[in-house]
Amino acid sequence: MIALQDEKHFLEKVTHEIRVEPKDWMPDQYRKTLIRQISQHAHSEIVGMLPEGNWITRAPSLKRKAILIAKVQDEAGHGLYLYSAAETLGISRAEMIDQLHSGRAKYSSIFNYPTISWADIGAIGWLVDGAAIMNQVPLCRCSYGPYSRAMVRICKEESFHQRQGFDILLKLSQGSKAQKNMVQDSINRWWWPSIMMFGPADESSPHSRQSMEWKIKRFSNDELRQRFVDMCAQQVKVLGLELPDEKLKWNEKRQQYDFGEIDWKEFRNVVNGNGPCNKERLATRIKAHEDGAWVREAAAAHAEKRRAKSARAA
Amino acid sequence: MNKDWPLWEVFIRSKNGLDHKHAGSLHATDARMAIENARDVYTRRMEGVSIWVVESKYIHASNPEDSDSLYDPANDKAYRHPTFYDLPEEVKNM
Amino acid sequence: MENRLSYTLYLADSALILSHRNSEWTGHGPVLEQDIAISNIALDLIGQARNFYDYAARQINQSGLNDPATEDSLAYLRDVPEFKNCLLAELPRGDWAVTILRQFFFSAYQTLLFEKLQHSGVDDLAAIAEKSLKEATYHLRWSSEWVIRLGDGTQESRSRILDALDQLWMYTGELLEPAHYELAAAVEGYGPDPATLKETWLEKIQEVFEEAVLPVPGNEWMQTGGKTGKHTEHLGQLLAEMQFMQRAYPGCEW
Repeated sequence: MIALQDEKHFLEKVTHEIRVEPKDWMPDQYRKTLIRQISQHAHSEIVGMLPEGNWITRAPSLKRKAILIAKVQDEAGHGLYLYSAAETLGISRAEMIDQLHSGRAKYSSIFNYPTISWADIGAIGWLVDGAAIMNQVPLCRCSYGPYSRAMVRICKEESFHQRQGFDILLKLSQGSKAQKNMVQDSINRWWWPSIMMFGPADESSPHSRQSMEWKIKRFSNDELRQRFVDMCAQQVKVLGLELPDEKLKWNEKRQQYDFGEIDWKEFRNVVNGNGPCNKERLATRIKAHEDGAWVREAAAAHAEKRRAKSARAA
Repeated sequence: MNKDWPLWEVFIRSKNGLDHKHAGSLHATDARMAIENARDVYTRRMEGVSIWVVESKYIHASNPEDSDSLYDPANDKAYRHPTFYDLPEEVKNM
Repeated sequence: MENRLSYTLYLADSALILSHRNSEWTGHGPVLEQDIAISNIALDLIGQARNFYDYAARQINQSGLNDPATEDSLAYLRDVPEFKNCLLAELPRGDWAVTILRQFFFSAYQTLLFEKLQHSGVDDLAAIAEKSLKEATYHLRWSSEWVIRLGDGTQESRSRILDALDQLWMYTGELLEPAHYELAAAVEGYGPDPATLKETWLEKIQEVFEEAVLPVPGNEWMQTGGKTGKHTEHLGQLLAEMQFMQRAYPGCEW
């Protein structure tokens, strides 16, 4: 009876756009969904540091190098904000990292593709961050307070990421023949994986409906994907380049772009571990964590010694 | 010994004259490290002039179920708010 | 002029190469908070390097003797013998103990250097030093604390930092051993003779090592040469990676 009342009160709050805060009553499933989504989001930021980090030591100018370090560092920050938001729901960062390393938690599949040219750093900024922003802006109004506040901070910082990416591509597109080829090749490789980032089509998206009702999610996968395609189809013209989709065409009646069929077989395969870099990315993360174990232990041990010393002195 | 570093809450004063505001949280072994981590994590874009940290376990929060008794009584004390008073036009800027 | 340019390049190269090494940690740090911290130091150092390169390029361009220079031509188109960074900066990043201890030695030196250099008779150098001093002061604080944590942490951390000390100590002498252009800087009043910083530097090391329960090694044989272009094998590898794009695609804008 009480539970029913709680549930009613909770739904009322959500409907009236009142944020749910950590100590408030919430349905178990709501908590679970949030933990899954926020931790997955955090993992994506952390694993996402790797493909771009791959070019820090080879960035072609000092300016680009500084920007790239700052950007990858921002992603560490974003991962940290998100882990913190998830921790308010009663799970520790250590548990979440363990879930990632043991393969029980997922992260965005896009980071299982390799960065093989400098242009990929631009393409990630323009397409991958672009798609991420499309997904994230509505999350600033997510019903769970700590998540929505983390997203506000992230979106504020994220805006320079997409711009710097486009700026890299623009420079390349105005450059030598080799640079133009580099950038078109990069767009060819990143385009389809980017539009897969919005997730399965609406009719086969398992968690979507409930998440919309709870206002964790505001727009459907397909709605956001369409917006993204419309945006990129325009922006690619500024670069004087093409998106690798023969069916991409303005539809006067719909006032939107039509576009080709996504290869869902590839999508499922990469999600399930068969992408070009799945194993490598995870192994790299595990190695960093394991190599850091003695450092974390030493710092904890030293703090303990200091506390003991000051307790004795008191 | 617990190897996981404890959680800290971070409060930042964005400029002199303003209150410290909750910015987020992070992990650190002690207060000194927490302040340094907060500087690196939460003030990368010159967001602050002063940092407070407090270990999360020392924060006591009011219970949401008590919110009726804690906050509603203030609801009918409109006389605490300046707009409650209608002053003559001539008395400007009070 | 020649000396002042060499001096400026020495300051720039040391900052850039150490920044590069520290940035190798970005994405691989022992814990998220420290990944961010070491990346911040990499960012500060690359910022310092760019300011010094910019001033070096202006000196070159004003002289009109050489091809026009930019910060990027200086960073990306010079070969090993032309780099003047201290050897300490180019050593591989090693484990966290090596990274920390190297940063500590370097920041202790940079702090003392910039304290003097901010009063340089050359305004450009003074201005860069004044700005960089704030950064170096923080790097010194951060790295000192980590030296103490590792020295007085667990058995493993202690043995690792002792190994790091064994590896790095012989590269510290060069910081305080004047190259010819540093002597010229001292004579002409735009930079300190590093030998005059030696005592204070050692005091700082002793102070922190005492808290970290680490021994200060006696004066042993010191490696030198970086400041005049005689490097370890590591710098060539580092440049091969760092300069790859500029070498593979000459003359392009990025």
